[in-house]
Amino acid sequence: MSDKKERTLIIAAGAIVGLFGALLVKFGNPKNMGFCIACFLRDIAGAVGLHKAAVVQYIRPEIIGLVLGAFIIALATKEFKPKGGSSPFTRFFLAFFVMVGALVFLGCPLRMVLRMAGGDLNAYIGFVGFVCGILCGVFFLNKGFSLKRSYAQPALEGAGISIVMVALLVLLVAAPAFIAFSESGPGSMRAPLAIALCAGLIVGAAAQKSRLCMVGGIRDVVLFKDFKLITGFAVIFVVCLIANLALGNFKLSMAEQPVAHTESLWNFLGLFLVGLGSCLLGGCPLRQLILAGEGNGDSAVAVLGFIVGAAFCHNFGLASSGNGTTPAGRIACIIGIAVCAIIGFMNLNNDQ
Amino acid sequence: MKTVDARGLSCPQPVILLKKAMGSKENAYELIADSQTVVENCTRFAKSQGYNVSVNDNGGEFKLSITK
Repeated sequence: MSDKKERTLIIAAGAIVGLFGALLVKFGNPKNMGFCIACFLRDIAGAVGLHKAAVVQYIRPEIIGLVLGAFIIALATKEFKPKGGSSPFTRFFLAFFVMVGALVFLGCPLRMVLRMAGGDLNAYIGFVGFVCGILCGVFFLNKGFSLKRSYAQPALEGAGISIVMVALLVLLVAAPAFIAFSESGPGSMRAPLAIALCAGLIVGAAAQKSRLCMVGGIRDVVLFKDFKLITGFAVIFVVCLIANLALGNFKLSMAEQPVAHTESLWNFLGLFLVGLGSCLLGGCPLRQLILAGEGNGDSAVAVLGFIVGAAFCHNFGLASSGNGTTPAGRIACIIGIAVCAIIGFMNLNNDQ
Repeated sequence: MKTVDARGLSCPQPVILLKKAMGSKENAYELIADSQTVVENCTRFAKSQGYNVSVNDNGGEFKLSITK
């Protein structure tokens, strides 16, 4: 692929994500939450009964669309490759703690950008933590950090998560009594199914072709002075900012931001954990969904780690709310940073 | 000529390995990759270092010839 085509793709993908990030709020998603991989996987965990927080339960069609969009475009362009076996258990725990960090902050790196574009100053503090976490991750990468190689796997291993997403779509449409859907709170605020699903499919396909990754953007600038991925990051911010201004959804403040808290230290440390853990995983939560759709079983395990992490966050009171963090969440965040650091040190010089 | 085997490695390890290999300042390297993403990333990096890259797709396994 030519440099120009790559640049066009990443700018287009950023514009699509930024636009849908703002539009999905207009259509009913919670404010500054057009997309949030962490929040939406948490909602899915609740819908299928893995946690009982009644206000955050819904099978988010955006997630289904993201995975299936990546799956379909990868199949169509011969990039679907079932592979796995690169330290799946370690990846599960990295993802588990990435989710802890995200729910202490209240958002994945993508929602961080959308919050920044909505004027939420807490997200800017989180962003500083995110960058610092990535810098720590880069330290490990430069020292030879590796979770070892993945190898070719059977087709079903690669397609498994996409089949699960189809099953979730059936459950969403059929809405049997054993699936929980929030009647109040963020889980009850949703764009219409068809719109949310289409948005997910389009963004999933765009992210697959462009390799969009929030962590990769900053990481590649630091490591290689490569500005490709951070271009996508910047375009999401600019497009969503303009759309928010046009739709009247921009409010510059720290206090009273939607689904956010003002505890700066924990906004910083929450996203520090997300940046570090995601760097060791090889990509942000959005990227893990896309890679899973492409057939990467290790990323599919990471997605399961996110879901189980989210369930733990709500079952054990780790997740923050608009009222702030919780004591258990603060402890879990510190433990998560320590676990990621230990995983980092234990996997050095694995790169040969 | 140094060969970098980037098969099965997560981002950004293939580019880090190539960068480390390029520390020896040779005129030619070979890189083996098994994903289009790795091909794109390593091509971009090699070009930024002043190398030319030609890619040989052998049924999903890619060989990059990186030369000055």
